Amino acid sequence: MTGTVKFHLNGQEVAVPAGLTILEAASLHGVKIPTLCHHPDQRVKANCRVCVVEVEGQKNLAASCATAVTAGMKVRTNSPRIRETVQTILELIFANHPQECLTCIRNGNCELRRLAADYGIREVKGEMACDALPLDTSTPSIVRNPNKCIKCGRCAEVCHHVQETGILYSHFRSVDVQVAPEYGKSLSDVACVLCGQCAAVCPVGAIHEKDDIARVWAALDDPAKHVVVQVAPAVRVSIAEEFGQQPGTIATGRLVAALRKLGFDRVFDTDFTADLTIMEEGHELLHRLKSGGALPLITSCSPGWVKYIEHSYPELLPHVSTCKSPQQMFGALAKTYYPDRAGIDPADIFVVSIMPCTAKKFESERPEMNSSGHRDVDAVLTTRELGRILKQAGVDFAALQDSDFDDPLGISTGAAAIFGVTGGVMEAALRTVYEVVTGQELESVEFTAVRGLQGIKEATVDLAGAPVKVAVAHGLGNARRIMNLLRAGLADYTFIEIMCCPGGCIGGGGQPYGTTDAVRRQRIEAAYRVDAGLALRKSHQNPAVAKLYEEFLRQPLSEVSHHLLHTKYRNRSLYKLKG
Amino acid sequence: MGTQLDNAKSVFRLGLFREFPTLMHYRDFGGYQALAKALLGSPGAVIGEIGAAGLRGRGGAAFPAAAKLQMVRDNPPGERYVICNADEGEPGTFKDRFIMTHIPFQLLEGMTIAAYAVAAAQGFIYIRHEYPEAQETMRRAIAAARAAGLLGSDILGSGFSFDIEIFSGAGSYLCGEETALLSSIEGKKGRPRLKPPYPTQSGLWGKPTLINNVETLANIPPIVGRGADWYRALGTADSHGTKLISLSGDVASRGLYEVPFGTTFREIIDNYGGGIKQGRLKAVNIGGASGVVVPPWELDCPLEYSACSQRGITIGSGAVFVMDDSRSILENVRNRVDFFLHESCGKCTPCREGLRQAGRIIHNLLDGAATLADIDNLERYTRTMQNAAFCGLGQAAGNSLSSSLKYFRGEYEALCRDRDQAAPKEATA
Repeated sequence: MTGTVKFHLNGQEVAVPAGLTILEAASLHGVKIPTLCHHPDQRVKANCRVCVVEVEGQKNLAASCATAVTAGMKVRTNSPRIRETVQTILELIFANHPQECLTCIRNGNCELRRLAADYGIREVKGEMACDALPLDTSTPSIVRNPNKCIKCGRCAEVCHHVQETGILYSHFRSVDVQVAPEYGKSLSDVACVLCGQCAAVCPVGAIHEKDDIARVWAALDDPAKHVVVQVAPAVRVSIAEEFGQQPGTIATGRLVAALRKLGFDRVFDTDFTADLTIMEEGHELLHRLKSGGALPLITSCSPGWVKYIEHSYPELLPHVSTCKSPQQMFGALAKTYYPDRAGIDPADIFVVSIMPCTAKKFESERPEMNSSGHRDVDAVLTTRELGRILKQAGVDFAALQDSDFDDPLGISTGAAAIFGVTGGVMEAALRTVYEVVTGQELESVEFTAVRGLQGIKEATVDLAGAPVKVAVAHGLGNARRIMNLLRAGLADYTFIEIMCCPGGCIGGGGQPYGTTDAVRRQRIEAAYRVDAGLALRKSHQNPAVAKLYEEFLRQPLSEVSHHLLHTKYRNRSLYKLKG
Repeated sequence: MGTQLDNAKSVFRLGLFREFPTLMHYRDFGGYQALAKALLGSPGAVIGEIGAAGLRGRGGAAFPAAAKLQMVRDNPPGERYVICNADEGEPGTFKDRFIMTHIPFQLLEGMTIAAYAVAAAQGFIYIRHEYPEAQETMRRAIAAARAAGLLGSDILGSGFSFDIEIFSGAGSYLCGEETALLSSIEGKKGRPRLKPPYPTQSGLWGKPTLINNVETLANIPPIVGRGADWYRALGTADSHGTKLISLSGDVASRGLYEVPFGTTFREIIDNYGGGIKQGRLKAVNIGGASGVVVPPWELDCPLEYSACSQRGITIGSGAVFVMDDSRSILENVRNRVDFFLHESCGKCTPCREGLRQAGRIIHNLLDGAATLADIDNLERYTRTMQNAAFCGLGQAAGNSLSSSLKYFRGEYEALCRDRDQAAPKEATA
């Protein structure tokens, strides 16, 4: 639709672009309508009904999230009838919601609690009728508390229509409705990839990351432990949001300073092993091209994606790079190379990861992730948990002075800085592969064709006269489409980057609440600014990585590399067919 | 079925015969002449005739039938469907079952004419799981119509092809809501969908779909066969034709009656139902569980869309449940709230949580555990359901409560622990 539409909003004629809902149109004119089930990136559900408004000529109230503005429409967003209805609906929800706000993980950022405050709910007049269903703590990543669920359906929507994994959906009817996995199963018994997108969109505390803060405190408080921390690339462009700053704020220096204040013995950077991943994965690609290995090669950094292909397309696993993710490569080196150089007993080292991701918790607990003889990574905190632990420690994030990462596992390039952005791993790989193959310096390092939020991106890169077709997908729905092409023999790509979450890790399930496409764009833009601001922008230029090869690994794909930095996958198909 | 209409004034006169409904029998009495007539004319002429007759949907919403046909017809060429909603789940309603088991061919003929009007090639009859006999009769009727060239390809040599399948519901009341019904046929959970888009535009599997109630579709052959003028003469200036009334409760003669519009509810009870069986008339529940409860002094209201609407009476499916003075209003309300609480799909907050709380208050009242403040809350929950529920069924669940609170608040208050503090009330009527 084009053009503008005039309608009456609370007695005043206003003009808005055609095709908007009342909710969207009102917000353009400074009128905030309460919402719970609404999410700007999702389809309209209109379940919760707290966004109701009066439309002249209509007998009942209209859900503003689901009603399009038409020319001449007369809308009221505030009247005794609307206030009574909204307050009653909120009260009705509270009567079925455990009054555990003080001890809830969402204390401080719960959307329901915010509405309760805004609408001045002082008592629940109905009879308290809370469910007493068991919590699902079956996975290392996600906790589901069905008793706090308000049945808004946001989690199921992202699970079905973005990730297309279809794990969570609405069961039963009436007051027995539950949004849960099939047949009362726990998340560990279904093909859930633990991406945490459900937790990221939940308005209340019904589904959230498993909190590992206590384990990290225990390590930090233990004088016998040498506690090192690594920070994923996507965290530096989002952590400031936990302290009220705008999305897209780059906070690398303050992040390092904050981690020092927590008492970590060394503050390292996952960007270092992101560069290392490019070296290993780039050479793996070249090796497969030369030796006729399985192509296209598919990236393996995203643990949600890896779990997804293990569940859903196990026959395509030979395409997946054997490289561990940067998190796990870091862990393996932090328990071998680092203690060797620093003269520390690896058994005393405790590795903490700060990740934008809930699936990283699962990845760190995969049994095979112990090639150093110890757990590669001991504890994983999401960006949200980092925000909370910093608050517990009384760190005034805004007032911190920038600090630098420690050597040697803290040195990185711009290629690593964009690892958390959809297309970033591809771009980083191309920067290195191009120079290794052609022997020439890459003039323009920015591969813009693989940038942006389009679901599936394709590009053809000229490598010394040989055109190489690549594809990038983010969000498992898009990944599924690529996998279906591949399975049907219709994917003529050489290299595919897949990230589990929409927008890549910057949109990960462990990132600060309020992630929308608009926020994703701001974080992405910030990651590209980090890259552009660095002198070194290609992974093979990383001097610390070069030194690592020289001193320890010898060369990419060496025996040591294979032992420490590469891994295996397993068939997790829940629906094994005979034959 | 009982009636006081002579054959010439009845839409469902063939239902009066008690023999097994064979196709031969139906045709002997003029059946399928309307279809033959329709196929000779244009689809537009069919819609015009139904429009002139002023037929309105008999499922409860009373939407003009011709307008709906036209909306489906107006879509760009392509696949369309005709669906007969036979999920007759409204408690106290049994008119659709009667049509399906006694005059199944009238329904098939009506569907076929409607399909011709909207250019649909496939139809479904969504019959509730609890009606196995109706499913069986309709199946046999479809087979007979197919064998006689009245369904299938090239019907009556007209070049028009249309076939019908039976689809059995699984027992959910909510699947009578048209969009929930569509989801159910598609194999999804029976939950209502957002409107717009309306089914006329994007219905079954996203295709334009005509959904009508059994009674609405069965009205079409007499209208097309006998003409709009004949049909209009049956009712009043406001509401044309006749309505099937499912009369039950404390009347002498319960049953299904074909009643011309304009008849008052008192006449329905006294003349058709033979009056109250014993005791005195206390209240009448009109329109099923989702309808209203009214006291005797409202019964001079004629069965007519505008008159009923003005007085807040919902004709709904045409169920009339009569209560004598031995009945408790609160027990009746409890049954209805329990019913809705069981049948709510649970999708939206006002219906799911509103009914949960309303149910608790009603049960507390009957247990002597409620207070006057609970009644105020109950009224608030009721208004919220009516104002804000997602679908018509959730909104209507509030109607049944609000009417009983309006007319019989005294019975609620009498059950309260603190009833002594109730405001003195003026005597009503």
